[in-house]
Amino acid sequence: MSTEIEHIEGEEREHPITPYIRMDRMPHIWCPTCGIGTVVKCFATALGRAKVDLDKVSVVSGIGCTGRVAGYVKMDSFHSTHGRALPFATGLKLGRPELLVTVISGDGDLMGIGGNHFIHAARRNMDLLVILVNNFIYGMTGGQNAPTTPLTARSSTMPLGNFERPFNLPHLAATCGATYVARWTSLHVHQMTRAFADGIRRKGFRFIEVIAPCSTLYARLNKLGTGLDLMTYYRDNVEIHNGADTRTLDLDFQSSIVCGKFVDQERPTFLEAMHAHYTKALGDKYVPMPPEGGLIRGED
Amino acid sequence: MKADPRGVLTGTHYLDGDFACGEGAMAAGCRFVAGYPITPSTEVVERIGRRFPTVGGTFIQMEDELASMAAIVGAAWTGTKSMTVTSGPGFSLMMENIGLAAMMETPCVVVDVQRAGPSTGLPTMVGQGDMMQARWGSHGDYALIALSPRSPQEAFDLTIDAFNLSETYRVPVLMMMDECVGHMTEKVVIPPADRIEVVPRRLTKQSPEEYLPYRVDGGLVPEFARAGDGYRYHTTGLTHDERGYPAMNAEAQEKLVRRLVDKIRLNADKIIRIEEEQTEGADVVVVSYGITSRVAQLGVELARQKGIKVGTLRLVVVWPFPEARIRELARKVKAFVVPEINFGQMVLEVERCAAGQAAAVGVPHAGGGVHEPDAVCQAIVKAAQ
Repeated sequence: MSTEIEHIEGEEREHPITPYIRMDRMPHIWCPTCGIGTVVKCFATALGRAKVDLDKVSVVSGIGCTGRVAGYVKMDSFHSTHGRALPFATGLKLGRPELLVTVISGDGDLMGIGGNHFIHAARRNMDLLVILVNNFIYGMTGGQNAPTTPLTARSSTMPLGNFERPFNLPHLAATCGATYVARWTSLHVHQMTRAFADGIRRKGFRFIEVIAPCSTLYARLNKLGTGLDLMTYYRDNVEIHNGADTRTLDLDFQSSIVCGKFVDQERPTFLEAMHAHYTKALGDKYVPMPPEGGLIRGED
Repeated sequence: MKADPRGVLTGTHYLDGDFACGEGAMAAGCRFVAGYPITPSTEVVERIGRRFPTVGGTFIQMEDELASMAAIVGAAWTGTKSMTVTSGPGFSLMMENIGLAAMMETPCVVVDVQRAGPSTGLPTMVGQGDMMQARWGSHGDYALIALSPRSPQEAFDLTIDAFNLSETYRVPVLMMMDECVGHMTEKVVIPPADRIEVVPRRLTKQSPEEYLPYRVDGGLVPEFARAGDGYRYHTTGLTHDERGYPAMNAEAQEKLVRRLVDKIRLNADKIIRIEEEQTEGADVVVVSYGITSRVAQLGVELARQKGIKVGTLRLVVVWPFPEARIRELARKVKAFVVPEINFGQMVLEVERCAAGQAAAVGVPHAGGGVHEPDAVCQAIVKAAQ
């Protein structure tokens, strides 16, 4: 049985994502079947479900295909330099602690050029929600090898196949001290949205990896078919294993992909640890920065 | 407006230049500092790290200078006045996000306590080799402001000025200290808060519906909106239009970059600060800055004892460079003598502005020490012939 969708003349309904997206910037630059748009949609849905005040949400991106997310979300949004989204976001959070600061960027940006910042932000348990879209390749620049490219997969700079071992990102995040670690694919919109909502509600360094298709480069260079073929592949090869030992989460070329929530724990955030420490050390003399930030307002 | 008294350590102190710089930042209203340890600048953040918890500021030691600079740009977008501190090797790393700060028009202050380079060079010893990097170090065209203190008192005073200039023009302002001034201890007078003028962030009064982050309405410097105040704006290091949206074409590039350069170039008269002494009727003018201006003074006095008419011009603001004044003097004097602790950087600017009307004679010093006054004197004597 099929249901016909009736179009009523004169009734213009707003798309549910409109409050979260800069519609004046559509169409976006992402290729057909790219997974990044799905991530943005799920993020917007999660913000809606969590009933967050969007005035207090900042989104920071680095450079690359996923780096363009900051340009499309209708919140205070910062398209920073390559690899530096995390330290930029750290400054935003510490400059105005009441903000919900989210970093959305790619695997090359956050784990290649920005890898050092990643391990330190996780170690500090900086209060940041980090969404990493992993498409296994540098997309914006034309398909070069990434620190996530699986062994033997082809890239434009390793045309005979990659021989460098890639990162196991959930394991890296967990061992560095992330308090929430999950992985989903862009096929898993419900689980991904729930994970984002979890991330919005929790404190500390929350890390969510989303495996996403790059049909233009990664799939083409590796003869994996279309974006649809990749989504079918995710459907058939994802194993959901919540609480899995993160040591077992390596991704091999076209192997099974273990998804789920792997870490969900509490640990004092950077700001909580700092406040507790200075309160103990300085007592009444401690003057913390107010939640609304360190702006000194003019009175005359 | 007047300074927030909480950050002002009013009184007469015996401080080194690094500590004085840190006190200047707190007096100016700086409440966020990110830094990475590097000699000879570390004392600035050590001072701030100790004092910030009692003045409502947050200091974080980042993992490197790339992160420190990125963090202060992020913090500045919350309206919190922000600063980082480094020396040559770290200054090189900061160039990436100094360019971002220039492009996003982010008020912030970067302190470079210069040591001798290149590379690791002489970590504990003086240099002035970062002066051209200060102007041109990040890629592409932009303009910013750089100051050069000659004493701990000036390290305090000029750090306040640096913050004020960064607020007025929405640019990164560079405090080009040197190891000698940073580690020299002298009397520093910190006035009461109500005698310190600070420039607050120029927050827009427009509504979020009307506001465009890079609209200047015929001016040169856009109004600011803080992250978290409901403006929901976008900003990017890409070439952008007045909405802050990427605009990938030559016309947008011309409009934006011209304004970034013009906001300093067309306001240069208001920004430039020099100190002159006995330049009227002089045959030779010694142009110097930072610690070298104090050493050169001794050389100038030796030359005057030999009967040479020599004046001095000190660059307090180094960038923008006082082009017009050098051009004017070039028509009257035989030569400029430019001692500096590098192999010839600001002398190139003097030479460019003198444009063949007067000689520009460098007195180079590779670093690790200051000039012998006699070397400056000899250069003056030779130039006067």
